[in-house]
Amino acid sequence: MDLSAINPVLLIASLMVAATPLLLAAIGELVVERSGVLNLGVEGLMITGAICGFAISVETTSPMLGLLAAMLGGAVLSLLFAFLTQFALANQVASGLALTLFGLGLSALMGRSYVGVKPPAMAKLDLPILSDIPVLGPIFFSHDPVLYFGIALTAAVYWFLKKSRAGLILRAVGESHDAAHALGYNVIRVRVLAIMFGGACAGLGGAYISLIRVPQWTEGMTAGIGWIALALVVFASWKPWRVLLGAYLFGGINVLQLNLQAAGIAIPVEYLAMSPYLITILVLVIMSADKSGAPAALGRTFHASQ
Amino acid sequence: MKLTKLFTSAAVALGLATTAMADTTKVGFVYVGPVGDGGWTYEHDKGRQAVEAAFGDKVETTFVESVPEGADAERVITQMALQGADLIFTTSFGYMDPTINVAKKFPNVKFEHATGYKQADNVSVYSARFYEGRAVQGHIAGHMTKTNKIGYIASFPIPEVIRGINSAYIHAKKVNPDVEFSIIWAYTWFDPAKEADAAKALIEQGADVILQHTDSTAPQAAAQAAGNVVTFGQASDMGEYAPFPRVSSIIDDWAPYYVARTQAVMDGTWESVSTWDGIGAGMVGIGEISDAVPADVKASAMEMVAALADGSYHAFTGPLNKQDGSAWLAEGETAPDFGDDGLAGMNFYLEGLTAQIPN
Repeated sequence: MDLSAINPVLLIASLMVAATPLLLAAIGELVVERSGVLNLGVEGLMITGAICGFAISVETTSPMLGLLAAMLGGAVLSLLFAFLTQFALANQVASGLALTLFGLGLSALMGRSYVGVKPPAMAKLDLPILSDIPVLGPIFFSHDPVLYFGIALTAAVYWFLKKSRAGLILRAVGESHDAAHALGYNVIRVRVLAIMFGGACAGLGGAYISLIRVPQWTEGMTAGIGWIALALVVFASWKPWRVLLGAYLFGGINVLQLNLQAAGIAIPVEYLAMSPYLITILVLVIMSADKSGAPAALGRTFHASQ
Repeated sequence: MKLTKLFTSAAVALGLATTAMADTTKVGFVYVGPVGDGGWTYEHDKGRQAVEAAFGDKVETTFVESVPEGADAERVITQMALQGADLIFTTSFGYMDPTINVAKKFPNVKFEHATGYKQADNVSVYSARFYEGRAVQGHIAGHMTKTNKIGYIASFPIPEVIRGINSAYIHAKKVNPDVEFSIIWAYTWFDPAKEADAAKALIEQGADVILQHTDSTAPQAAAQAAGNVVTFGQASDMGEYAPFPRVSSIIDDWAPYYVARTQAVMDGTWESVSTWDGIGAGMVGIGEISDAVPADVKASAMEMVAALADGSYHAFTGPLNKQDGSAWLAEGETAPDFGDDGLAGMNFYLEGLTAQIPN
């Protein structure tokens, strides 16, 4: 065992990278669920975002355009879900699962000619003085912009849900769509916008994997992160800061356990491998001991005539 | 139960009837990853395409990709058998018990399970001696490392993976006595993000050669980003990362075997067999050693490939001790395939490796 081989600064820096796709997808899904819609298609949206972002950034050689395309791709695909559930009144669970299958297939088709292609590199934010600070510099000030965007987005969603009037309306729709409707709010419009926001976030999360974290395109490369994002929203009791905590815990412990393995620490590998799941669930379940439940109208179909 | 049995036999009969009428042989493939993984499943699918190319209209192939190992696999294999497949290839170690279970219910369907060890009257097993390729990798890796630290991304603690680690280690050690192996168990065959994270963790801890026994090209991309790290293609050539970081590769070539077995089913000569071929028979190929490797190392590696191919050298030749120091192979003795300490069931590290095998 040689713990000194682990460089804590590099470790923290890479755990932030590992957590970001999960955070982005989960924050998007949180907003969707707070509006009363259960979208199980996160995985499909992420993988579609991953290939949209990858393809566009390869074609234009601009990672930024790629990220925008990923958000757009995710949002457009989520419109399909919005149409099925909000206008055709289809079952949300079934539609979400179908969206995941569709997204996986669609992305594989779109990605045919991009296997083995190298994407243009995303420039890291280089803040002249801040990045040079020992220890703090590499941890806080020398990442790609998307990572900061994820944290800023968490803060923005918190503010939106807690402090803004629009957030209040969104929560009202999620708690009781009949009451919100009676007050004159357009339930369908609120939900469609929330679904599109969720789609854009998931798409961005997917593109973060294909453009920055790995970076390459491989079929099925999100490998279940969308499902973990879904679970994370529940365990975080639909609260933005807890989603951030959960994502960093999960990503962090995952990176930590890989590092511990590489350093040859004498903890059985099985325990290390399951630790991210166990610890994240444990921490968030303990924190959700207060009475914060799911949005009351979650997963229920709304139609003005009913 | 009776009803299901009735339906099952009816469906089988129907399937056989249509097969007989159309006079095509149906061949099914079950894959553990997506066909575009660029590694393991990609090569199996190339084998499937070779079957189609060889027999044209006389054969109909189907495949299901990204099938989890375990109960889901059993459902998928059953489904294939019900749809009238004559021959089914299940291409991952974890499909072993599901394949055996389904095979019992469909005695007329032939099954071929890759990398396992359980045979039955209608189940053949086949695998490739990847450890011969690992020996060549270890040889090159031992020469190439400057930090004397080699990272190894392993998937699951099964004999095939453990053989690979041992083979790479003893051959790296032979040319570089100071070499150390850091092993990460990813517990997945295919998860590009996790494979990339594992590669980064190894690189951050000073490894400058990364060997992988997972299926995606993500570790190659991570090594490329790091700049000065050597990798090897796994299961497929991964030539898009050549000449550097990818300096060589192990290529699985399943096509000849798949074509031969399909032919046997067509001729009615199919028998349950156990096939385990290596470099000599062409089932394991060594991808081109790039110019990033010094010429003398390349030459000695090619010599080893030739010796492994003609059988004059065995990758596990004594004297070799197990990790606990007890003797395994005496001077000049070569490892047996089967038996107590045989290669097929290898579940121990060799002397010098410091990690423990998860159990």
